[in-house]
Amino acid sequence: MRVLPVGVDALLVEVASAEEATSLYAAARSASVGARVGVGDVVPAARTVLFDGVRDREALERWLAGVDLAARPADERRDPVVLPTVYDGEDLDDVARAWGMTRAEAVATHSGTEFTVAFCGFAPGFAYCTGLPEELAVPRLERPRVRVPAGSVGVAGPFTGVYPRTSPGGWRLLGRTDARLWDAAAEPPALLAPGTVVRFEEVS
Amino acid sequence: MRAVRVVATGPLVTVQDAGRVGFAHLGVPRSGWLDDPAARLANRLVGNPEDAAVLEVVLGGLVLEPTAAMAVAVTGAPAEVRVGDRSVAHGAAVPVRAGARLSLGTPPAGLRSYVALAGGVAVEPVLGSRATDTLSGTGPPTVAAGDVLPVGAATGEPSAAEAVPGQPGPAVLEATPGPRADWFTAAALGTLATSAYTVEPASDRVALRLSGPPLGRAVTAELPSEGMVLGAVQVPPDGQPVVFLADHPTTGGYPVVAVVDRTSVWRCAQLRPGEQLRFRVRGAPR
Repeated sequence: MRVLPVGVDALLVEVASAEEATSLYAAARSASVGARVGVGDVVPAARTVLFDGVRDREALERWLAGVDLAARPADERRDPVVLPTVYDGEDLDDVARAWGMTRAEAVATHSGTEFTVAFCGFAPGFAYCTGLPEELAVPRLERPRVRVPAGSVGVAGPFTGVYPRTSPGGWRLLGRTDARLWDAAAEPPALLAPGTVVRFEEVS
Repeated sequence: MRAVRVVATGPLVTVQDAGRVGFAHLGVPRSGWLDDPAARLANRLVGNPEDAAVLEVVLGGLVLEPTAAMAVAVTGAPAEVRVGDRSVAHGAAVPVRAGARLSLGTPPAGLRSYVALAGGVAVEPVLGSRATDTLSGTGPPTVAAGDVLPVGAATGEPSAAEAVPGQPGPAVLEATPGPRADWFTAAALGTLATSAYTVEPASDRVALRLSGPPLGRAVTAELPSEGMVLGAVQVPPDGQPVVFLADHPTTGGYPVVAVVDRTSVWRCAQLRPGEQLRFRVRGAPR
């Protein structure tokens, strides 16, 4: 764990993997670190967790020193969110080829994987889900699409994600879901918050 | 109902408050007013709590008609303020009668003026804030001619004080190195601290985009996406720094060489394309 100062009131904590970042974020949530030591936002990402708007930096650093990154907090574990998915994406054949599989095998692999939301970004409710083995990572499209419809399920790098609303995007599209990913008026507003377990279920 | 009717707008008028904190982990930017001191001053002048919602007006052009008499104050970029045909003070609470027209001219300097209405703009909050986030579309829509904006009940007395206009000094942004200063060449922080950078036209509420001496990278690997803060000076592969403002994305994949302090990042709100700024970087070679 490496603690990097970010301006005068934020700390970026760098860890070794997405799993460790998920653990650190889960520990921060379950310990209510934000309220206890005064932190405005806790933002997990691919290899880091950002603590922004920190009022008591020393208290936060003391708490960080005691965190066990190998621990998976059992009480955070919930039933998976299941997203019914029609696997008819424009890039499904290309991804299957990159994976060295048939189309049916690629769908079985994706729908048979248990994902965890590592972090959100790009747009409200857009979740970066980990779970696919590293060797199945695929590059983003060379030329992003101008318009990706809301509900599109895609892969990029080691991540799977679902577009919460129609937007430009460079992820390779495997299919689509009718699930509502983002509703600012709902509590919680994001269906897939960091730490959520996710499965994609094939439907026709 | 206490309200204002929007008769006309200039290039961009949005509702802003201090922004939303606590939703960055869901990909929701902070948003909120860019010129924090000016917006808070406007609220104090009309007797509002400091964090009440105001209108952020880019390059003037706003015309409002209150449906009830209310105190109004305009701060920030020094646009000429008129009530009907009469020129009134900038930086002071001004009474406006029901049906009278309040209008803002084009400011001769600066970019963003703030209009506080006694009682505050009372549009429905989204995730605890009334700020319009231009990046993600969270919050109320951009203000347009024909809109009727609800205004809350006044809770305090307008101030008799007039704000002393700020001295238009050189634009210097105080910054702290890191978190990724070690991804840059040894010379990069010195370059940032000693060069003038010019504001590019593509600048907006998301970021101030700059051009000037490029900042060289020592590490050319790809940075996995990481959390971003207000004032982060992010450097894309072309080496030209980008200062993240209120509507910045919550995560980013380019290294941050330094972070502009909260106490000076507001200056970015008033810089026009073509104007220059400098960074004062703590501990950097001068």
